[in-house]
Amino acid sequence: MSDTLALEVSRLRVVRNHNEILKSLTFDVAPGTLVGLLGPSGSGKSTLMRSLLGVQVITSGSALALGERVGSPVLRRRLGYMAQGSAIYLDLTVRENLAYFAGILDLDDSQVDHVLDVVSLRPFAQRLVSALSGGERSRVSLAVALLGAPPLMILDEPTVGLDPVLRQDLWRTFAQLADEGTTVLVSSHVMDEAARCDRLLLLREGRLLFDDTPGALLERTGAPGYDAAFVRLIEGAS
Amino acid sequence: MSLRRTLLTMRRIMQQLRHDPRTIALLLVVPSALVGLLAWSLVNRPGNFDALGPRLLGVFPLTMMFLVTSVTTLRERTNGTLERLLTLPLAKAEFILGYAGAFGVVAIVQSALVSTLSYSVYGLSHQGIPWRISVVALCAGLLGTAFGLALSALAKTEFQAVQFMPAFILPQLLLCGLMVPLAQLPTALRYVANVLPMTAAVHAITPLQTTTYYLEQFAIMVAYIVGALVVGSATLRRRTK
Repeated sequence: MSDTLALEVSRLRVVRNHNEILKSLTFDVAPGTLVGLLGPSGSGKSTLMRSLLGVQVITSGSALALGERVGSPVLRRRLGYMAQGSAIYLDLTVRENLAYFAGILDLDDSQVDHVLDVVSLRPFAQRLVSALSGGERSRVSLAVALLGAPPLMILDEPTVGLDPVLRQDLWRTFAQLADEGTTVLVSSHVMDEAARCDRLLLLREGRLLFDDTPGALLERTGAPGYDAAFVRLIEGAS
Repeated sequence: MSLRRTLLTMRRIMQQLRHDPRTIALLLVVPSALVGLLAWSLVNRPGNFDALGPRLLGVFPLTMMFLVTSVTTLRERTNGTLERLLTLPLAKAEFILGYAGAFGVVAIVQSALVSTLSYSVYGLSHQGIPWRISVVALCAGLLGTAFGLALSALAKTEFQAVQFMPAFILPQLLLCGLMVPLAQLPTALRYVANVLPMTAAVHAITPLQTTTYYLEQFAIMVAYIVGALVVGSATLRRRTK
């Protein structure tokens, strides 16, 4: 099992309302990798993530997650997903939210306590989500995704709108998860977050513009930083 | 399908309600106050409240549960929680029955309160059997919930969802026999009126009918509940375009 790829995407195309959102994407991801999916908004990041999650109808091509075709029922216990927007119940407390999702996954309360500690929300457990700040809500959403320690996590812009300290903490959490063998796919439109990944996928207008390590990106473009590197890549491509 | 996950979903919806005491108060106070107002307005026309009051016991749960369910499930569709749940091992039936269960309980509490007040305070002397009134209220509440679940798929915003209420409820209110006796309706309308869910709810409370007649009304309601739940379930999509 250990040599099963975490993700195997082959000529994946998604067409929505006559718009080709993803244009024949092909890439593999090895287990335990922290992958940054970067690109401007509208580049297809969310559609790619939703495809890998099995909630997006795929037009052609194939995608396997943990060796299973995406959307397969067995993956429902093995994928951790955090959507854009918190996707939690605002009129429940933090603990009630987690207890409900944990129950759906057949997990007990010790798992709830564990994920609360990972996102440092234990002191907020009894608060209503509607009373929390945007950053705190994102952490609740991340905590839900962490329930049951899924081997593959798909996180859609988890750091958007967070302060720098919190962003740093979250990226540390992602790196630690990857060290422990979890495959983490994180999307972001903040190019400077690229430095924290093992591997970068740069998406632009539904095409994969770059697929390598952050170091290789700087080397290939000769740019002083990730923002500049991305701009150079785009200019080179067009 | 697992009973445990259905009950978990039901508990979660009740917890949401518990954190919203104002909604609970509205669900309980509004129908109680309205029936009281009706009793008061008919105080100079003896016998009229006895004829009209009980029939409304089916109308309230249908209307209010429809509204509450369509807005809450629309919220689940738009805020991403439904999408998240469908990426988890939750069956659609567990989701749907969780809603039916939670709002069914609310419908029972609501009707118990309204009918208790009607008999003890508002002076109702209706020959209906209390348990039949409770079952009708439960069925009417489930009808509202089931249709709310199904029709919420047609609304894009909460504003639209609220607009479905008059579109769904008012025609039935006009035709259910409360305004015009069914026998006096034009033939075509009478055929339609006879198979509307609200008509069945109203008729099931009408006193002094045969058992077969009551069973027929309940059968109509149950058929609508099951049908609307199946349609509601079909509107939940794990995969979207």
